[in-house]
Amino acid sequence: MSEQTSTPTTAPGVSPAHEIQLRAVTVVDRKAPTMFAILTIGLALIVGFGSQEGDTSFRLAVPTDFFELPTVTVPSTATTWLLVLVCAALAAYSFFLLTRKQNTRLWLVVLFALAWMTGFLAWAGADATLPVVGLLAGSLAVAVPLVFGAMGGVLGERSGVVNIAIDGQLLFGAFAAAMIGSLTGSTWAGLGAAMVAGLLVAAVLGVFAISYMVDQVIVGVVLNVLIIGITSFMFSQVLAPNAATLNHPPRFERWAIPVLGDIPLVGPIFFRQTPIVYLLYIAVALVTWALYRTKWGLRVRAVGEHPKAADTVGIKVNRTRFRTILLGGAIAGMGGAFYTLVSVPQFNREMTGGAGYIALAAVIFGKWDPIRATLAALLFGFASNLQGVLSVIGSPVPSQFMLMLPYVVTIFAVAGLVGRSRAPAADGIPYRTDNH
Amino acid sequence: MSTPTVDKKPPVKPGERDGDRWNRILRDIVAGNAAVAFFSVLLAVIVGSLLIMFTDEQVRDTFGYITARPSDFLTASWDAISGAYGALFRGSVYNNQADDFATAIRPLTETLKFAGPLIAAGLGVGLAFRASMFNIGGRGQMLLAGAASGWVGYQFEWPWPIHLAVAIIAGMVAGALWGGLAGFLKARTGAHEVIVTIMLNYVGFYLVFFALATQSLLQAPNSANPKSLPMKESATLPKLLGDRYNLHLGFLLALVAVAVVWWILNRSSLGFRIRAVGENPAAARTAGIDVGRTYTIVMLIAGALVGLAGANQVLGTVTSGITTDLDAGIGFDAITVALLGRSRPVGILFAGLLFGAFKAGGFAMQASQNIPVDIVLVIQSLIVLFIAAPPLVRAIFRLPAREA
Repeated sequence: MSEQTSTPTTAPGVSPAHEIQLRAVTVVDRKAPTMFAILTIGLALIVGFGSQEGDTSFRLAVPTDFFELPTVTVPSTATTWLLVLVCAALAAYSFFLLTRKQNTRLWLVVLFALAWMTGFLAWAGADATLPVVGLLAGSLAVAVPLVFGAMGGVLGERSGVVNIAIDGQLLFGAFAAAMIGSLTGSTWAGLGAAMVAGLLVAAVLGVFAISYMVDQVIVGVVLNVLIIGITSFMFSQVLAPNAATLNHPPRFERWAIPVLGDIPLVGPIFFRQTPIVYLLYIAVALVTWALYRTKWGLRVRAVGEHPKAADTVGIKVNRTRFRTILLGGAIAGMGGAFYTLVSVPQFNREMTGGAGYIALAAVIFGKWDPIRATLAALLFGFASNLQGVLSVIGSPVPSQFMLMLPYVVTIFAVAGLVGRSRAPAADGIPYRTDNH
Repeated sequence: MSTPTVDKKPPVKPGERDGDRWNRILRDIVAGNAAVAFFSVLLAVIVGSLLIMFTDEQVRDTFGYITARPSDFLTASWDAISGAYGALFRGSVYNNQADDFATAIRPLTETLKFAGPLIAAGLGVGLAFRASMFNIGGRGQMLLAGAASGWVGYQFEWPWPIHLAVAIIAGMVAGALWGGLAGFLKARTGAHEVIVTIMLNYVGFYLVFFALATQSLLQAPNSANPKSLPMKESATLPKLLGDRYNLHLGFLLALVAVAVVWWILNRSSLGFRIRAVGENPAAARTAGIDVGRTYTIVMLIAGALVGLAGANQVLGTVTSGITTDLDAGIGFDAITVALLGRSRPVGILFAGLLFGAFKAGGFAMQASQNIPVDIVLVIQSLIVLFIAAPPLVRAIFRLPAREA
């Protein structure tokens, strides 16, 4: 990412000798409005050409709610057109902000995404009933490892280490959780083992990338292959023959949070989950807070943006980087535990299916910011889960194109066709101290 | 991003005495890249042996009473390790348990068969490395190339050499376009090729999967499987040594590719531009080289080379039809091949042969010794890791450091 030219965020004014004037530079991102416009036109084209007859029903209720929400039934085509108009209005507002030199706020993006997806669902689910709660809860389940991985990735890259090995951390975490969980019979021991496993992968990454200054991308890619090799080997050689003792981990039970868990719609999606998911909420909140609001976070970001300057003021660059990727590895490892302690109660070869690469995509799409990366991961989880639900109710879109979506969106994001994503300035560049 | 670069030999000082010179040569050999490569392989094999040893039932049983009878433990360990590597050798080079020479030498032809696409794809990755670009998109490029080659291969009725040639070219063009897209995006927008090629892998996979699952596109008529029709006889790569061996023309095409890439890199002005951009893009730009255009061209050629590997798979190794796993992991293996070969055509040739042998032998090892073929992945990735960190290997084996 060193090649990327970046838009200057600040430009110190050069002024004649005595007085110092600071020139204010506003950076406006054209990404959001352009993306909004393209997506709105896309939805209009979909509904214009692929007109669907009939009504769409959204089932919102589950039995545990305080009170029962009604199932909403709407005419398919008309609703979609209405939401196209909503999307167009939001896009117009975004362009209006652009002319006023203001950036599109995050809430606007979220609102747009909601409107667009509801419109798409109204179109795709014609003559069928969509289980909204199941769809969203399923999306969250798909997204959990992605968000954990993305948090690990954000931490690493903010400190200047590209972490392609997220996939290896997830996979090794899943493996360790299955094995230790089975041996001890304890889910928490399994979770701890997964964190240690992720940390180990990060440690190897650190030794090669930071201490020996091997190209970080090479180390990451090779580590992923290494972990696939080791876990598959151990699976066939040790786990599969002794499946009852070594590959039969206990599962995390769902904990319904009182009161919150009974709220219609929100409750069953977010607050009737396994402890790992609650840990996820805590992890995202902590990472965000620590990165932006603590001395430690300031140091991490300094090391990732301008290691030389950080070094000058006495921050140990490589030590900070090492500790940060270790922390990131442990967090990503927790995501791996989700596979074997929640989703599928046993380990399988290559069971992450390249989720680490999607997590990496979420990091970039989320502009190296924990909250945005989380939202991106949720979006990717939604896209993956949606195709499963749509194929059940009979979807007009081939499932392969739904599955392709996160990757295409990421290419658009990094290609900067619609604005630039700027990586931390020193991302991927090893820092040489004098004693090397 | 730093990539393996050309190491310059220290100039021999004039007036050196013979003894000094021999010392220096010896020192160069021990401190040089070849030694590091050798010791990296050795180290990886040792780690692989430990893994085999400690997952072996017999070894673990004898480990229980190691203090009482250590010889049992050692015998069991030796049996496990020698059995594994013996099988690896018999599966990849020469099977001394076969009845006649023709059967005994068959594993070697299998190694060459596996090496062909590894070399071609390795060249694709290595060439990009030389321009300081990281082509992780081998999988997508191979899939697209395989689909294009395969489509030409089953769709048309042309005489033999023409049909085959068109099919291969179609694959190379498809691979080139898919790879070139990443180069183009990097040149025009600064999008990092690592991310773009990874994403294009998935996009390519789902595109080909979609085509294979759709009747009007690649799927065989009246079939529900995601698979195309088999290749026509006129579009398949002919077997080189008769029907007894699987070795086909693809290996020779890979050798030709080695020569072509060597010529491009070392004898053409394009190669000069590629290396200049790889060493220092800013300096290259100052010298009047169009860096962006070089990125695009490099990725086009790299994609074409990986595409050759894809065509090789569909038209030579598995001619029964296009599937989504036609790449057989070669797209990723190619990265390790290129790294082991230090991005030089001849190095990639030998690295491809080594990994081809691992591939051929790995399956034999799995069949005869029940050792999962995944051990090969472990050894391969360890080799690359160690090779990438020469100081580590030097420290472990106490090799002298290179003089600066």
